[in-house]
Amino acid sequence: MKKDIILAGVGGQGILSVAAVIGLAALDYGLEIKQSEVHGMSQRGGAVISHLRISDGIIHSDLIPEGEADMILSVEPMEALRYLSFLKQDGWLISNTKPFVNVPDYPPVEKLLEEINSVPNSLTIDADGIAKRLKSPRSTNIVIVGSASPYLGIPIENIENGIRQIFGRKGEDVVNLNISALHAGREIALQEKQ
Amino acid sequence: MSKALLLGDEAIGQGALDAGISGIYAYPGTPSTEIMEYVQKSKRAKENNLHCKWSANEKTAMEAALGMSYAGKRAIVCMKHVGLNVAADPFMNSAITGVNGGLVITVADDPSMHSSQNEQDSRYYGKFAQIPVLEPSNQQEAYDMTREAFALSEKYGSPVSIRITTRLAHSRFGVNLSEPEPPNDLRLPGDPKQFVLLPSIAKKRYKILLRSQDHFEDEAENSKYNKFIDGNDKRVGIITTGIAFNYLMEIFHEGFSPHPVLKIGQYPLPKKLLNKIFNETQSLLVLEEGYPFVEEYLRGVIFNENKIHGRLDGTVPRDGELNPNIVAKALGKEISTNYSPPEFLANRPPELCPGCGHRDLYDALNDVMKDYGPQRVFSDIGCYTLGALPPYNAINSCVDMGASITMAKGAADAGVRPSVAVIGDSTFTHSGMTGLLDAANENSPVTVIILDNAAVAMTGGQPSAGEGRIEQICIGVGVKPEHVRTVIPLPKNHDEMVRVIKEEIEYDGLSVIIAQRECIQTLVARKKRMRKKK
Repeated sequence: MKKDIILAGVGGQGILSVAAVIGLAALDYGLEIKQSEVHGMSQRGGAVISHLRISDGIIHSDLIPEGEADMILSVEPMEALRYLSFLKQDGWLISNTKPFVNVPDYPPVEKLLEEINSVPNSLTIDADGIAKRLKSPRSTNIVIVGSASPYLGIPIENIENGIRQIFGRKGEDVVNLNISALHAGREIALQEKQ
Repeated sequence: MSKALLLGDEAIGQGALDAGISGIYAYPGTPSTEIMEYVQKSKRAKENNLHCKWSANEKTAMEAALGMSYAGKRAIVCMKHVGLNVAADPFMNSAITGVNGGLVITVADDPSMHSSQNEQDSRYYGKFAQIPVLEPSNQQEAYDMTREAFALSEKYGSPVSIRITTRLAHSRFGVNLSEPEPPNDLRLPGDPKQFVLLPSIAKKRYKILLRSQDHFEDEAENSKYNKFIDGNDKRVGIITTGIAFNYLMEIFHEGFSPHPVLKIGQYPLPKKLLNKIFNETQSLLVLEEGYPFVEEYLRGVIFNENKIHGRLDGTVPRDGELNPNIVAKALGKEISTNYSPPEFLANRPPELCPGCGHRDLYDALNDVMKDYGPQRVFSDIGCYTLGALPPYNAINSCVDMGASITMAKGAADAGVRPSVAVIGDSTFTHSGMTGLLDAANENSPVTVIILDNAAVAMTGGQPSAGEGRIEQICIGVGVKPEHVRTVIPLPKNHDEMVRVIKEEIEYDGLSVIIAQRECIQTLVARKKRMRKKK
């Protein structure tokens, strides 16, 4: 079993928390992970990428080869498309729909979503809207994890454990809010699948 | 034995802790920062039996570590590649003095310049100083090598360097930890003159270093990190250094290469092993992260066009970091891509945070400078370097730590009026203070703006060495007190900032304007911590 995931977003959006949840879930399930992050200058509102590799065997490279990612998971629609060359032919492109506009020449969102949806295995999700409805606006990234969860090859229980490990210190309420966010995202993905 | 999920940087920090260091010395710099941060969060740091405070710059860090080694204790120094330029003087001379307690210098290179102004390769510094260099290919080796580096350092009484690159520094993997060693006892050098590099003594010490070279080569020749892995297809032999090995294994999905491979992780280069792979194969491909260090060494003066391939003949790009696709291409195994990003995507460069005081200062400075003409603002290294980009386009230089003040002085010497320097508080205490002394001694017509956000902001908000004494430092250096001004960079103070900057620019001598407001990131983090405490 091997899953290579490109995580994308804008510096400050918390893609490392997405990586941490999935990474801990994989470890909890007994898999190996290698995860490369971006630190430093680009973290200041710039485009950021993280390579997350999950496997039951040896993982050699810290970087995923272009053309071989099983999934691109993005918390922002323009960033979802930036690393498209990494995606496998039948890989999944999953993105939040809410744009993060901090550049003057940001393209029209409809154009971005249209482009994302043109990839055969793609899913766009209004994670911010869902998180808001759950009265947990800070759980956007966990909704995104939920929408990716059917395709990660990791049982949902282990992903829940990942959330517990990360949010445990903040108390049971925060853990439960995030587990609800996870399931809300997962629901959408499963509905789309049908 | 336990297992921990660690960044390459953290594996080095843990390795140093388990090697029984008594101190870590560093100045923040991507991609090396997390080594110190990891040690600072460790149990031993909390027990308070470990020095782990940031130094003012890489030179002071290197010297303090040498002092700790002098006292017989183990010390590690950490910096980014360009930091070694700052620390080069003590680094080079520590090879001559040798060490007492184990001394390890960790340098994190940044090929592709993700967060740096160049992509210099620190292995050259190791060769220059003639000391052993270790280059891990993964997080486990980063941990193991750090521990072994201390043993090697004490075995030969020599400093030892560890070189890593961005991708290993910032990638996480499970690392097996082994039993920690206790710290060394205090023990002054056996030879009281060992560290006195008077020419007569330095000549003797240098001979010792030269005699050590054979030992260093033997160590490399027999190191488990320099490994010849045979293969059946002898048409090509492949030499890898550091993480290039992983990319090679990646493209052969079975995890082994059909070609003979020499995996290098310890320098000086193992000549026998290099000869072996050279003689047993028809051609060589050299895959190394960074400059063509091994490749140039192999080629010598005879540019062997048909036999050796790498960065110098274009088989591998001449600059930038490696990745699996580049390695595949070099072996004629191109990996095909299926999709490409649409052309209408906008670039998203990093930017100053919303609410950052630098924004307000640049707004005021730009308002003033439009009356004096363009290209008169020298700047430095930090978040505020982003002022070079739109919408500000406010600064005209960024060269090395502290260069804003001295370049502004040189330009003023040449007749540029006004000549303005913009520098952060931490960059100022790192390497700006001495330049300010030059300017004060001549009362140079330079206006220095110190952006004092009380943090090393770009690397994550580490505390700044000025500790709130920037104004006193400037006056102490000799800037006239009436020309050391303080402003608070907020939108509501725009007119006042414009007035103060204008007044000091009109003054025909040295002045300093301190724009003082806490970094917005450290402010938010501090408030969060305070809420938690309540």
